[in-house]
Amino acid sequence: MCTVCGCGQGETKIEGHDHGQDQPHDHPHEHTHAHEHTHADGTTHSHPHAHEHSHEHTGHDHGHDALHAAGAAHEHIHYHEHAGGHLHYGLGPAHTHAPGMSQERMVQIEQDILGKNNRYAAANRQWFTEHGVFAVNLLSSPGSGKTTLLVKTIEALKERVNLAVVEGDQQTSHDADRIRATGAPAIQINTGKGCHLDAHMVGHALERLALPDDSLLMIENVGNLVCPATFDLGEAHKVVVLSVTEGEDKPLKYPDMFHAADLMLLNKVDLLPHLSFDVHKCVEYARRVNPKIEVMHVSATSGEGLERWLAWLTDGLDVAIAARQRNVDLLKRRIAELEALLAAKK
Amino acid sequence: MHEMSLAEGILQIVEDAARSQGFKRVKEVRLEIGALSGVEADALTFCLDVVLKGGVADGARVELEKLPGRGFCLDCGETVIIEALYDACPKCGGYQVQTTGGTEMRVKDLLVE
Repeated sequence: MCTVCGCGQGETKIEGHDHGQDQPHDHPHEHTHAHEHTHADGTTHSHPHAHEHSHEHTGHDHGHDALHAAGAAHEHIHYHEHAGGHLHYGLGPAHTHAPGMSQERMVQIEQDILGKNNRYAAANRQWFTEHGVFAVNLLSSPGSGKTTLLVKTIEALKERVNLAVVEGDQQTSHDADRIRATGAPAIQINTGKGCHLDAHMVGHALERLALPDDSLLMIENVGNLVCPATFDLGEAHKVVVLSVTEGEDKPLKYPDMFHAADLMLLNKVDLLPHLSFDVHKCVEYARRVNPKIEVMHVSATSGEGLERWLAWLTDGLDVAIAARQRNVDLLKRRIAELEALLAAKK
Repeated sequence: MHEMSLAEGILQIVEDAARSQGFKRVKEVRLEIGALSGVEADALTFCLDVVLKGGVADGARVELEKLPGRGFCLDCGETVIIEALYDACPKCGGYQVQTTGGTEMRVKDLLVE
């Protein structure tokens, strides 16, 4: 995997983000989605979205890491107290005594393996918040009807709200083509050999989408009930789609996914009369894994239950828009206060 | 197979540490993996073997410390140990168990020279 942009052996493709044929990994990454950041105290500053995301305003969650990132190694000097009471300093496990010789030593790391992804996810989340974007990460196994559901959702909402789609698949842009046929903007990310989208890929896709403020962003993850559960993309909610043509015990078979999701859409319920799928049992299994999971029964084909799903989306979007508006109001008030102060000084 | 991505994440952490702390070789990598993290230990070890090749941690021993899964049972009001996300509360048999620990995936420390 390209460690700069996350491309699997140069195989990840984000539409419009091409690697040159001859130098697959020579990308300067000059993408500046100049963020304007507003802090709680009202100060605003703008800076480009630098690639290493050295600006970690989300100071929490890495108390320990922060120290190490600053290069402050806290090396453990091992001294061993022997039975005789004498202290043995400067001992590595290899017991090298000669001065100047290299010694084994323990280096404390204490870093989250997903730390890098989580930092990109935090940057995406902050961007969503600042722009009033309600982002939903849709997850399922292949063939659950996610794309059809998405197409129906777009058709129902496109007159009322701004919306756009990020499509994740290993190969082809078939799904993005289906979405674009509805008139909604869509970006296809091909993960190549990768089994999931990560926050960094989504960050790139955001730059291409040029999403207006106050938008609904639907991210259709790679069809896979395992890996995408682990990767935060910065979304407001993970939504898992399970169709009744699959087994009702999938929540138990793939617990990580159902644990990570806030909402389960039980899709294709129009087919229930023809199947032996036990809805009650399925919901019970999902709640075993995740007592808080919300459940909706829908059919993208017949339209059954879609009203509730659409309301869930528009309610979420309203909350995101209101939060952005509050932020803008706060800023305006702050500007007015500062102007008044300045006027008094003149 | 997101274990491959995790292995690459570990490699990056190790390489960053090698740069900032100036060590040349890593002899052992110690990881802490929660029982509920969804990581397959064997798959991760296998991927690490591949990913670490040719770098500062080529051939390093990988020690995997499993951290127990913990949950808070809403019915009993107690913290209990669970093996899997779908486990019932070992005290009352109910399923109102909210995970409180065991999803960690961390590089704990390195033995270097």
